Amino acid sequence: MTDFPHTPPRQSWTFSNDVNAEIRRAAATGIYDIRGGGSKRRLPHFDDLLFLGASISRYPLEGYREKCATDVWLGTRHARTPIHLDIPVTIAGMSFGALSGPAKEALGRGATEAGTSTTTGDGGMTEEERGHSRTLVYQYLPSRYGMNPDDLRRADAIEIVVGQGAKPGGGGMLLGQKISDRVAAMRNLPKGIDQRSACRHPDWTGPDDLEIKILELREITDWDKPIYVKIGGARPYYDTALAVKAGADVVVLDGMQGGTAATQDVFIENVGMPILACIPQAVKALQDLGMHREVQLIVSGGIRSGADVAKALALGADAVAIGTAALIALGDNDPALEAEYNKLGTTAGAYDDWHEGRDPAGITTQDPALYGRFDPVLGGRRLKNYLKVMTLEAQTIARACGKSHLHNLEPEDLCALTLEAAAMAGVPLAGTNWIPGRNGF
Amino acid sequence: MQVFDLEAQGLRALNATLHGLSGQTNETAWEIVNPRGSHAIAVGVDAPVDITVRGSTGYYCAGMNKQATIRVKGSAGPGVAENMMSGTVIIDGDASQYAGATGRGGLLVIKGNASSRCGISMKGIDIVVHGNIGHMSAFMAQSGSLVVLGNAGEALGDSLYEARLFVRGSVKSLGADCIEKEMRPEHLLLLADLLKRGEADHLAKPGEFRRYGSARKLYTFNIDNAAAY
Repeated sequence: MTDFPHTPPRQSWTFSNDVNAEIRRAAATGIYDIRGGGSKRRLPHFDDLLFLGASISRYPLEGYREKCATDVWLGTRHARTPIHLDIPVTIAGMSFGALSGPAKEALGRGATEAGTSTTTGDGGMTEEERGHSRTLVYQYLPSRYGMNPDDLRRADAIEIVVGQGAKPGGGGMLLGQKISDRVAAMRNLPKGIDQRSACRHPDWTGPDDLEIKILELREITDWDKPIYVKIGGARPYYDTALAVKAGADVVVLDGMQGGTAATQDVFIENVGMPILACIPQAVKALQDLGMHREVQLIVSGGIRSGADVAKALALGADAVAIGTAALIALGDNDPALEAEYNKLGTTAGAYDDWHEGRDPAGITTQDPALYGRFDPVLGGRRLKNYLKVMTLEAQTIARACGKSHLHNLEPEDLCALTLEAAAMAGVPLAGTNWIPGRNGF
Repeated sequence: MQVFDLEAQGLRALNATLHGLSGQTNETAWEIVNPRGSHAIAVGVDAPVDITVRGSTGYYCAGMNKQATIRVKGSAGPGVAENMMSGTVIIDGDASQYAGATGRGGLLVIKGNASSRCGISMKGIDIVVHGNIGHMSAFMAQSGSLVVLGNAGEALGDSLYEARLFVRGSVKSLGADCIEKEMRPEHLLLLADLLKRGEADHLAKPGEFRRYGSARKLYTFNIDNAAAY
């Protein structure tokens, strides 16, 4: 018998081990995979952009000596009381229900100490977040859980949520295991049942209706509060233009890396666009309407560092929002809890079953035994530190580009490492003057 | 009676004036003339006052009302009394889409017909419609009562939670998870009270209605129910 060389085992790219595991899981359970967080796939992102820095043609600013301002105004178009934040990094909307009360308190503490805003979520406004947030944005969602005029008036801004990056065009579902007595009471539903959040608002459809809805909210609040409109990264040029037409003071644009408390994995990974591709489209819409900087743009979805902040602002955003990164700063997915993550069949860094309410970090849970572990004061301090670091990082880059304000960063400060990033961001491929898609090329 | 000419004085002045009222006012009766279908008339009022609108209104009249009694001497556009918290809103004519949407309390009375999605996502409001209601009414309705003296359109009570639906006439079709339920004595008492408060006790008797509610089969997601969604 001749010993011929055997063909080595070869795994399929199409039917990878991960894909096969999901097929087996679906076959065994008969239900799609639901998880929290945003897209986990490799996407063109801010990592694919670089700053050029100063040179002979650009004059840098001295670090630690020459001023690089970081403040931002939001809602200057129509509101009597626009918002003024010390830093352009805000905390994105996350619901009480999805998050524990102490986690919401920590977000408020950290944001306030860092000089920025927090945002409510689907489920209404809690005393924890109102009491600990100097500046609180109140989300107006299709479900209208907990919606009432008193909270509208004690908010600092109102954010009409049309969509979010993790699931543009989708609603939500808070599973029964997270519906405690308190969550149920706030949402006016029985305890322990799944709570659906509709994908469309119940009393308006389309941009013309939205204009009237905004009018109503302005009238209820006597034109005092800035009104944001939040959109998922789907058709950012047109959605931004329509939001502006409808009267928005601020457009919040969330790319597909943006997290969610619970959505189908197939939705998270296959619907929407990465934030890098969305920002230039939204900025162009604002510029075409002559509203860039008059209507402010907040972008979110995968913002992790001061470099990401600086790149988003250089592309034309006025501010960013963070969600997942803020939770990590609080202690989510901390390797110190590895043994407990292992018991849940996962590992630190990969834990995303936030909807199950068994978070060992006490952040995405309504179990008193679990959220009792979480210290909101310590969590707030960690978030403040993180926000400060992001701001310092962004300032470091801006000074190197010769900018005395983060808002002075511009696309000309950037180049791209990949063709995809160059085309999406509208900046030249590194070492060339080539912007794919421009000038016929 | 305080008379406010909306055409002459403007919407912002109207709502700002009404927001300035509190429970300690003697200006308890208001009349709004020349509404001319304007949107957002008398929104966010939070005082026990009586407001009469002399004519038809646009979108969201009486939105988020608290305490006030607001009567429209005409018809109302979409979203009348949306997210109402308390008080009473009475429409003498017809109401467009989404009447009483997400309302959390109070009473909405529509003496004519209501269009589609009446009572959508209602969260505690009571709604009495003297005429008919359109399709997808009480969609995802959470709590409160919807009383219809006439007929209901397609998909009544789709994805219903705990709201109670009473219809005297025909129902074109029931939505997912909505079923007819037994009318027990406590429901007849409830209905009698709603008819009286809805200025309809001279038009119908509780025994003439049928009751609809949730089968509660979709309360927890089950893949075997996927075809129902």
